[in-house]
Amino acid sequence: MPKNRPLLMVLAWLIPVAIALLAAPYVVGPFHTLTLMYGLVFGIGVLGFNLLLGYTGLLSFGHSAYFGAGAYTVAFMVKYFKIASMELFLAGSVLVSVVISLVFGIVCVRYTRIFFGILTLALSQVLWSLAFKFFWVTGGTDGLRVPTPSLLGMSPGTDKMEFLAFQYYYYVLAVFAVCVAVMWVIVHSPFGKALQAIRDNETRAEFIGIRIRRFRLIAFVVSGAFAGLAGALWAPLNGLATPDILVWTFSGEIVFMAVLGGFHNFIGPIVGAMAFTYLKTYAVGLTVYWQLALGTVLVVLVLALPKGIMGLVELIVARLRRPR
Amino acid sequence: MSLLSTQALVKSFGDNRAVNNVDFVVRQGEVLALIGSNGAGKTTLVNLVSGLYRADSGRIVFEEKDVTSASSYGRIQAGIARSFQLVNLFDQLTCADNVALSIFAREGKTLKLAALASRDRAVWEEAQGVLRQFGLDSKASILAGAISHGERKLLDVAVAYALKPKLLFLDEPTSGVSTREKAPIMDIVSAIVRAGGITVVIIEHDMDIVFRYSERIVVMHQGSILADGSPDDIRRNDEVTTTLIGTHVTGESAY
Repeated sequence: MPKNRPLLMVLAWLIPVAIALLAAPYVVGPFHTLTLMYGLVFGIGVLGFNLLLGYTGLLSFGHSAYFGAGAYTVAFMVKYFKIASMELFLAGSVLVSVVISLVFGIVCVRYTRIFFGILTLALSQVLWSLAFKFFWVTGGTDGLRVPTPSLLGMSPGTDKMEFLAFQYYYYVLAVFAVCVAVMWVIVHSPFGKALQAIRDNETRAEFIGIRIRRFRLIAFVVSGAFAGLAGALWAPLNGLATPDILVWTFSGEIVFMAVLGGFHNFIGPIVGAMAFTYLKTYAVGLTVYWQLALGTVLVVLVLALPKGIMGLVELIVARLRRPR
Repeated sequence: MSLLSTQALVKSFGDNRAVNNVDFVVRQGEVLALIGSNGAGKTTLVNLVSGLYRADSGRIVFEEKDVTSASSYGRIQAGIARSFQLVNLFDQLTCADNVALSIFAREGKTLKLAALASRDRAVWEEAQGVLRQFGLDSKASILAGAISHGERKLLDVAVAYALKPKLLFLDEPTSGVSTREKAPIMDIVSAIVRAGGITVVIIEHDMDIVFRYSERIVVMHQGSILADGSPDDIRRNDEVTTTLIGTHVTGESAY
C-alpha cells in the first residue's frame, strides 16, 4: 500500500499557506491581491495542464486554446445572452472547453511526443485565427469586454477594485481550493495511477489491460476543463477577452509555469504559476526587455534546476533530513 | 485439450518471414518451453498471440474462440497475459503500485476518477499477497526502478500473474540474471504458476532451465516449428541437436 505523507506534515505547510491566502486582502494592498489572484487562476490552468505533462507524459503546446475558450465563452455569454452570473460562466466555460478538448483530443491522443505537441499547437492556432479574423463576432484584436459578474446571485458593488480585491478574490480562492482537491483525488485515484503507468511504460500499461487512447483522451478532456475554468475566472479579472490568450506564446507560458514550479510534483505547477505571475509582473515593470529576463530564467532553470522550484525544495528538505 | 492453437500463422517483416505457417498448440495446464536460436521466431509468435503484432494470415484460437482480430485488451480479458524479454515495469511507481495496477485493471476499476486508490483495501491486500508469493513483500514501497535486476524480473512476472490469466507467456524470465539467481527465480515462478493451475509458455535460451522446468518443448527454427515433444524426445532428436549445435541440449542440470 502506498505510504501517504503523514497528515501532520501536510498540515504543517497547508495551514500557514491557507491562512496567508485568506488574510492576503487585509494584509497586502489591492495590487498584490490582484497579482496573487492571477497566480491562483493560472495555478488552476497549469494544474490541469500538468495532468497531461506530469502524470500522462504528454507535452501540450496548445493549452491556450482551452484557457481562451473559457474566457471567450464568458465574453460571448455577456455579449450575446446578457448573462452576468459567474456560476453560469463557469458552467458554460467548462462545457465549451470540454467539447473543444474532446474534439481536439480525439485527433491528438493518437500521437505522442513531438507529434502530439505540434498537433496541439496547430489546433490551438486554429482557434486563435478564428478569434483574430472573425472580428464581427469576436471583436478581433480589440477583444470583447467582460464586466464584473454577480457572485452567488449577489450583484457587484460600484467599486470595481474593491469587488475584485475582496469578493472576487475569495470566490477565486474557493474555486481554486475545490480544483486543487479535485485534482488531488484524480491523480491519486486508480485512474491517476493508470495515467502514471502509461507515462512510465505505455507497452506494459497496454498489456495489463489499460486502454491507452481512452485514458489519454479522458486526461486530455479533464485537463482542458481545468484550463477552461481558469479562463472563465480570468476573464472578469482582466475585463477583456482578446486573441492574445489564444496565441501559442501563451501556451508557452503555461509550459514555462509548469517547468518553473516542477512538473514532477503535485503542487509544483501551482508554485510555478504563482512565481511566473510575480516574475512577469515585476519584469514588465522593470524593463522593456522583460522577455529577455524571462528567457534567461528559463535557460538557467532548465540547466540548473530541471525539477523546478519544488525539486529544489525537495532536495533541500532531503539534505536537512539526512543524518549527519 | 488445447487451450490455445494457431493455424498457418504467418508474419513477415519485409522479405523476412519471421513466423512461417506455424501450427502451435498449447494444452490446458501444461508448462511448455518454446526454444530456438536467436531470430527463430519465438518472440514474434508470442507477440502475435498476445496481440502486440497483427498476423499477416492464419488464425489464433483461444478457448475455442477465434481471437485473431481481437485487440490486446480483448486477449487480456480472455485470459492471455505476458511478461517481457526486456523488463517492462512502471519504474516511477512502487512495486506495490505495479502489482495493484494489474489488479485494478483486472477488476475494471482503472476508470475510477473520484476515489482514492489507497482506500481500496482489498486491492492492496491482494497486491501485498502477490508480492509475498514472489518474495518481494519487503520491496512493496520501493520504486520499481530502484530494485535489483533479479527482483525486477520477478516483479515483471508478478505484474502479469496478478491479472489471473489462464495462459501466461514468460519471455526469457531469467535473461540477464546471474547463473546463481536463475534457479531460485524459476523455482518461485514455477511453484506459483503450478499452484495457481496456470498454463505457461516459457521462452528461454538456457537449456538447463528448459529441461528442468518444462513438460513439453517446442523448437522453432527460421520461423517454423522444427520439433515438438517431451524433454526426453527433444534430447534425443538429432535434427534439434544439429540445428542448435553449440547449444547445450543434454538437459543435465547445471544447478
